[in-house]
Amino acid sequence: MNKKQKKVLYRIIISSVLLIALQILLHFVEIPVIVQFVLYMVPYIVIGGDILKKAFHGITHKQIFDECFLMTVATIGAIVLGLVTSGEEGGFLEGVAVMLFYQTGELFQSVAVGKSRKNITDLMDIRPDYANIYDENGDLVQTDPDEIEIGTIIVVKAGEKIPIDGIVREGSATLDTSALTGESLPVPKEPGDEVISGCVNLTGLLKIETTREFGESTVSKILDMVENSSMKKSKSENFISKFARYYTPIVCYLALALALLPPIILLIMGNAPMWGTWVIRALTFLVISCPCALVISIPLSFFGGIGAASSNGILVKGSNYLEALSETGIIAFDKTGTLTKGTFEVAKILPAEGFDSNTLIKYAALAEKYSDHPIALSVKKYASENDLLTETEIIEDENIPGKGVRVKTISNEIYAGNDALMESIGFKPISGIDYPGTVIHVASNGKYTGCIMISDVVKPTSHKAVTSLKSSGIRRLVMLTGDREESAKHIASELGLTEYRAGLLPGDKVDEVEKLISEKKPKEKLAFVGDGINDAPVLSRADIGIAMGAMGSDAAIESADVVLMDDDPAKIALAMKISKKCLTIVHQNIVFAIGIKVLCLLLGALGIANMWMAIFADVGVMIIAVLNAVRCLKIPKNA
Amino acid sequence: MKKTYEIEVDCAACAQKMEDAAKKVAGVADAIVNFMTQKMKVEFSEGQEPAAVMPEVLKACKAVESDCEIKF
Repeated sequence: MNKKQKKVLYRIIISSVLLIALQILLHFVEIPVIVQFVLYMVPYIVIGGDILKKAFHGITHKQIFDECFLMTVATIGAIVLGLVTSGEEGGFLEGVAVMLFYQTGELFQSVAVGKSRKNITDLMDIRPDYANIYDENGDLVQTDPDEIEIGTIIVVKAGEKIPIDGIVREGSATLDTSALTGESLPVPKEPGDEVISGCVNLTGLLKIETTREFGESTVSKILDMVENSSMKKSKSENFISKFARYYTPIVCYLALALALLPPIILLIMGNAPMWGTWVIRALTFLVISCPCALVISIPLSFFGGIGAASSNGILVKGSNYLEALSETGIIAFDKTGTLTKGTFEVAKILPAEGFDSNTLIKYAALAEKYSDHPIALSVKKYASENDLLTETEIIEDENIPGKGVRVKTISNEIYAGNDALMESIGFKPISGIDYPGTVIHVASNGKYTGCIMISDVVKPTSHKAVTSLKSSGIRRLVMLTGDREESAKHIASELGLTEYRAGLLPGDKVDEVEKLISEKKPKEKLAFVGDGINDAPVLSRADIGIAMGAMGSDAAIESADVVLMDDDPAKIALAMKISKKCLTIVHQNIVFAIGIKVLCLLLGALGIANMWMAIFADVGVMIIAVLNAVRCLKIPKNA
Repeated sequence: MKKTYEIEVDCAACAQKMEDAAKKVAGVADAIVNFMTQKMKVEFSEGQEPAAVMPEVLKACKAVESDCEIKF
């Protein structure tokens, strides 16, 4: 409890003791009403002084309809009524007790919310406090990471967090990436390896040359993202704030009507007006009406869900996306790097007549010289392992999107790419290649030179991911790939995907996603999962863009709505589970809180519920809703 | 220029009120209050000094929520 909360606690204790003492006194001694009033005012002021002040402050600053106002009107009303009717109806005790319960409830809420807030922020506490650098005397000093320039050597000892992204220059160690990915598998790092801030050095001493400023480092970006996630409010949250905006004034006017109309009607009909009864009912109505259970528990639930997700290496950029995840019915996947490992190997070499394998590889590696595509890398790797990399100078090179590459040397012009590329330069690709992988065709100096088959491996968790996504209600699982039909078909059937689209150019993927979006059922959402490297447009077009393997990839962190820190597709299913659980709790709270309130309002208006029940309806509902909201933090099992 | 400040506020609805109030202060281009992390992110208009604007922001917030706190 903080200082403010402790102060409230003392006030609650003092005024409770005073109130009990007063009750005992009244039990034995007859006291005139006016003296009773004065005596009751002591615990009332002790417990409700600040509420009265706030209510007054609110009125003078045109913020009339808030909780403080409701409580002030209700309690003062009860007390005045007690004074007028000499304690017969309503009364002093109710007035003071209602204020007392209200404060107790507020205190509980503040403590519970503060605690769960802390739990969640602790989960996400990856912010490094300092960085070790050498000062001019060569001594190691702790410095604010914000002040460190790019290219500085920082020292990270065993047990410390890496504060800034960089490259290991000296030392080797194993790193714990669990704060970022949720996986506790240690990763070994050697000189020359890139390291990412937020990881914990488990073993050795590392000297790291920083490659980014602190503000641009992975850890800062992640923190920024999570902290800003409440900017993007979910439909449920918007509903609640809208609800609260209309609700309080409406309830106030209803209460006024309840106090005035029935007595007036009774008067007109020639009966006794029973002002006291109706005023007390109106006041009860006011006490019940506080909307705080909803207002507090909904954002808390979402925050808990976002916290639970981020402790598992799933970063959700806003409650709206967490909400949308639970409504997902279609998921489109990128293939390479998402469902498959994206590490390729040369599996088979098929030179055309008149060429040998070595020439084919040599030409292919030359053509792919400037390409960073994983397939190109695999060809170059194979070439260098077999000593087939040449130093031939390249005069011209061209990247043909979605098809391949073309390079020109002094003596040669080489094309390397897919079937479409070969057709575009007038070759009919060899038919009958039934190979479940990628095929690169090579043509040199106007002759078809042969093809290289490259295999990619399905990630071990892809199967599980597809199965659990299907069981959690995803209707369509569509794989979008630029790869050949055969290869796409093979992987789609191996994994049990419902559909695939092969041979897509980067631009086609957006069109395919558009098409899928137009086929959605109403209220259904479409998620696209990619590795974030070249599918930024698709990530932003989908209702929910999920980027995976994003540790250190800025583009992915920026363009995606949900970021999976590691590249495990099974996390998508986990994210959906967390989202569904969170949404269930949100809906429970909305129905429960509004339901109980409406019921109590009715009972109050009819005079069945008294002020004691009213205060339970307010405080009790709020406590239950908050406790329910905290459940969001717990991660669903067997995910 | 954007700056983040630690705040103290007791309820989510009050945080919303602070946000609305802060947005209306002259020199503030945008403001976001995050109740859960107890932080306020203020984007200042061109050429505005945070040191000059922040007391006004605090005043505006205090007007709508008397026991809030902003640390700057």
